[in-house]
Amino acid sequence: MAQSTAVVAGTGDSTGLALRERGHGTGVWRRFRRHRLALIGSTVLLLLAIGAIGAPLIASHDPYAIDLRSYRASPGNGHILGTDSAGRDVFSRLLHAGRVSLSVGLVAVAIYTAIGVALGSLAGFYGGWIDSLVMRLADVFLSFPSLIIIITLASVLGPSIYNVMLAIGLLGWPPIARLLRGELLSLREREFVLGARASGCGGARLIFRHLLPNAIAPVIVAATFGIAYAILIEAGLSFLGLGVQPPTPSWGNMLTDAQSPTVLESMPWLWLPPGVMIAFAVLSINFIGDGLRDALDPYLHHR
Amino acid sequence: MGRYLLRRLIVSVPVLFGITLVTYVIVNMAPGDPVSALINPEQISALGPGWLEEQKHALGLDRPLPIRYVYWLKEVAQGNLGFSYTDRQPIADKMVHRLWPTLKLMLTVQLLALAIAVPIGVLSAVRQYSWLDYLATIFGFTTISIPAFFLGLAAIYVFAVKLRWLPTAGMATVGQPPSLLDSLKHLILPAAVLGLGQAAPLIRYTRSSMLETVRQDYVRVARAKGLTEHAVVYGHALRNALIPLVTVIALNLPQLLGGTVIIEQIFAWPGMGTLAITAVRGRDYPTIMAINLIGAVAIVASNLIADVLYAWIDPRIKYS
Repeated sequence: MAQSTAVVAGTGDSTGLALRERGHGTGVWRRFRRHRLALIGSTVLLLLAIGAIGAPLIASHDPYAIDLRSYRASPGNGHILGTDSAGRDVFSRLLHAGRVSLSVGLVAVAIYTAIGVALGSLAGFYGGWIDSLVMRLADVFLSFPSLIIIITLASVLGPSIYNVMLAIGLLGWPPIARLLRGELLSLREREFVLGARASGCGGARLIFRHLLPNAIAPVIVAATFGIAYAILIEAGLSFLGLGVQPPTPSWGNMLTDAQSPTVLESMPWLWLPPGVMIAFAVLSINFIGDGLRDALDPYLHHR
Repeated sequence: MGRYLLRRLIVSVPVLFGITLVTYVIVNMAPGDPVSALINPEQISALGPGWLEEQKHALGLDRPLPIRYVYWLKEVAQGNLGFSYTDRQPIADKMVHRLWPTLKLMLTVQLLALAIAVPIGVLSAVRQYSWLDYLATIFGFTTISIPAFFLGLAAIYVFAVKLRWLPTAGMATVGQPPSLLDSLKHLILPAAVLGLGQAAPLIRYTRSSMLETVRQDYVRVARAKGLTEHAVVYGHALRNALIPLVTVIALNLPQLLGGTVIIEQIFAWPGMGTLAITAVRGRDYPTIMAINLIGAVAIVASNLIADVLYAWIDPRIKYS
């Protein structure tokens, strides 16, 4: 019934997602595959993820092992990317930082997507005063200078990896809620919803079984771009010393040292690799998001 | 139009109210209090048991949260943003000094972003799916994917450290009489770094707005009249296609403010951003609240102005 408007085409190309297909589309996966940048992005992200997950196996050194004899050593001599200000191996820290940065992005976006989907469904499904309340609340949160309020929240909660996740997660929900509300407002007038209602379906079951599967595509796209943005925010916060705290490595806090002119001038191995990693991760996720947007909603892009 | 403006203004009031409430609650979630934060913990016992309570009482910190909120709101409504916890200066005075550098930076960034984005966006729409369009897409994605602080550091490394063309920090050279050239030199790097990132969404919107406009009937009429393609695109379509940018610029202000905070920090730009970071590091809550409040008011106001401008520029839009 949720599929009553859906034409699942493209035999065997099931992505496992209940996605809305309009008209004679080929499969989502088939369209995604045609997006060259998205494929490149997926490959790069996969490599980064393997590096992050396999960090304990791949890393040549303990990322926390301090060796003051090799302080800020240049690359070579057993350290592929040299050592940092505490004599720790930069390459090993880079891999372990990937775990931190990628998981902050994922968890933060998971938090705000959950909040956004919950509030957006309530607003879009029930309408009325619930809708007005949620949307005014969204207006309030959207009116904040986002980074400044995240910095404020992160510092109030105390800088740590979990509080960065929380700060981004608690403040990022309004766009998701608005998006879903808009979709639901139009969906709930459709005939298949009327049909479901007529067969005695209501409330939570109607939302979860019939409405959400048909409205979730733009949310997936927004969440994908959101992960990229969250990684950037985490990097910025950690760079400023307000996010993930050393000795735990994150790509952002590995760049903190570069604020010193000596490091910036003569030790590029300390700040170039983490910056490049952030750019690679964020760029590949953005490409994937673009690919998903094309694949999930072919009419949106080719205007 | 007058009624529309009035209604938009009235709708903004609960939003502003909510902003002050959320800010106040967040800031008061902080553990500890400014009195203890200012005092060396080893000396507290030496000052006697009642001292801490006395100080808190003097600052009004022993009252319940809702009452403190109302007091704060009353003062803010009268233009009193309070006093900094760290140096006891009135925050409003500090803000005045910090506002201009930030505005100067943001304005330059916005103009630069438009100067980059409009030609690229128009060209990639006119030559849709050409290599230029493709390149513009990649350029857009790349500039939003490189963290501004990393781009800033790289720019300092290349243009200030290696090439020695531009200064690394501040708004002017210390000990030199202020000159336009000197201040421009200081402005170039931070504005360029932020401008690149801000240009990306503008390119995207210019492109899609342009693509939509050239399919409109009046553009077809212009073509049917026998006008040259150049006259059709740049004389007829372009001006209407650029109208939505007013909204995009307003909606993008939160991002611009966030970018400014980080860029100011890197280039030691003496604006609101550096003040925000200093305040956060020093747990200077009144200053943090004031900055959040000013930022939020600016965003609400710019959205309002964008809506009104939009209605004014584009008479096709009817507001009820």
